[in-house]
Amino acid sequence: MRAFTFERAGSAVEAAAAVAARPDARFISGGTNLLDLMKLDIERPAHLVDVSRLPLDRIEDTEEGGLRIGAQVRNSDLAAEPRVRSHYPMLSQALLAGASGQIRNKASTGGNLLQRTRCFYFYDRNMPCNKREPGSGCAALQGFNRMHAVLGASDACIAVHPSDMAVAMAGLGARIETVSPSGETRTIPIDDLHRLPMATPHVETTLGHGEMITAVTLPPSPPGRQIYRKVRDRASYAFALVSVAAIVEKSGDRIRSARIAMGGVAPKPWRATEAEQALAGAVASDRAFTEAAEAALAGAVGHGDNDFKIPLAKRTVRHTLAAAVEGMREVTE
Amino acid sequence: MAETNNRNGPTRRAVLESGAATGLLLATGMPAGAQQPASATAIAATPGPTMPVSLRINAQDFAVELDPRTTLLDTFRNHLGLTGSKKGCDHGQCGACTVLINGRRINSCLTLAVMHEGDEITTIEGLAEGGRLHPLQAAFVARDGFQCGYCTPGQICSAVGMLGEVKDGWPSHASADVAAIVALTDAEIRERMSGNICRCAAYPNIVAAIRDAAGEA
Repeated sequence: MRAFTFERAGSAVEAAAAVAARPDARFISGGTNLLDLMKLDIERPAHLVDVSRLPLDRIEDTEEGGLRIGAQVRNSDLAAEPRVRSHYPMLSQALLAGASGQIRNKASTGGNLLQRTRCFYFYDRNMPCNKREPGSGCAALQGFNRMHAVLGASDACIAVHPSDMAVAMAGLGARIETVSPSGETRTIPIDDLHRLPMATPHVETTLGHGEMITAVTLPPSPPGRQIYRKVRDRASYAFALVSVAAIVEKSGDRIRSARIAMGGVAPKPWRATEAEQALAGAVASDRAFTEAAEAALAGAVGHGDNDFKIPLAKRTVRHTLAAAVEGMREVTE
Repeated sequence: MAETNNRNGPTRRAVLESGAATGLLLATGMPAGAQQPASATAIAATPGPTMPVSLRINAQDFAVELDPRTTLLDTFRNHLGLTGSKKGCDHGQCGACTVLINGRRINSCLTLAVMHEGDEITTIEGLAEGGRLHPLQAAFVARDGFQCGYCTPGQICSAVGMLGEVKDGWPSHASADVAAIVALTDAEIRERMSGNICRCAAYPNIVAAIRDAAGEA
């Protein structure tokens, strides 16, 4: 690990200013991803600003009936929070499907959103990687790419975003609150937080240098049954091959509304809006679920080893929708 | 006080470590290009400025001068003589380094010592009380929950933290309904302990030991 200097920030604005003051400075919170990458000489900050003790660790009700989750709330605390378990169960499910008990106890809400890809070639300094060294090329395109993206990728990068939590948050329509070094705050829809790789895969988010995530707000719990389903190589402590977060609201035998987000398939949590539109008003049937799955993967492109993800994702969407409908009690209003 | 455990002359540990460094290059069988580049080794060896760090470990206060790069695990093992916590992968994947911070289990290899001032840290050395083993330590002995024993301190610290999480009503990926109260089945124990790997595969006895200790708690 390269040498760095270390400071503990006294406030969010102070932290943002401290990072903004140096191009080689980074925030550190849980450190479970950053320190791992620093040991491998992939991340090379010369200054770390510790934000883990900032008073951003509360989960509060919002006026509109949703939840405001501080950026320093640990993944395990968020998963165990009674309001999340009752009203946003797929967020608890997604968090609990990620990492291990030890890592969830350390990893923060903000850090989880900003974690880096686990692409093997990003991790291997001996291989080209446009994300790690812009312009060096992408070894995954012609390499072992069974973990890689089938949606939203580019000729420069086919890495996936590894978070489970962010997929559930995308399905729930979360908003990200940030503070900039000048003290200005802004709110970003989660769909606008992560950028697609295009020609610049090293630019992963729309945040400025020094802009810090302070909270994630969830709108009021949407009507309908929520399910997060994760498909992976082993039953626990593994990244997703494919995951699906689905919320289905029924009215009689028809679907009133549906929300679908996918993980493990794209460089960002992937909201399948075409599939949602295909489901709205349709009779809840396997045919409707199949059509929605086709719509969700309509633009998918395989790269060889990961071709299997396209039919796997379709089946996972179909089964998750079916499970959401079958397990649902009829609501008579 | 950190230096009280320093010994004169070569220790078994130092000999093992120097042997391990050369052994790694021979044993991996990977092409030279796939090894850690020489430059990275040189970077790691460059000493940086140190800072004073106060830590409270097993109800004892320690003051040490540390390079901020020092992980909590390396602080225990290389600066304080607390070698019970083990280094397996050093990347948070194996769980051998698991310790408790304010009662919560974490991977001590994936955190910096400078980030833990003011925390109540418990390592495997701090679990027994007055010579009496912690119930989980006793259960691991009774059930033979190990073979080589290298993962055991991490398994036990992790299990202590895990049973606390169950007591607090936390759900897991194995829970059918995340909003419901959880019963600690074997499937729950296995899922909740998935951050601890045992290469000897003593898992059946580890699960049995945790089941026994949970019943006593």
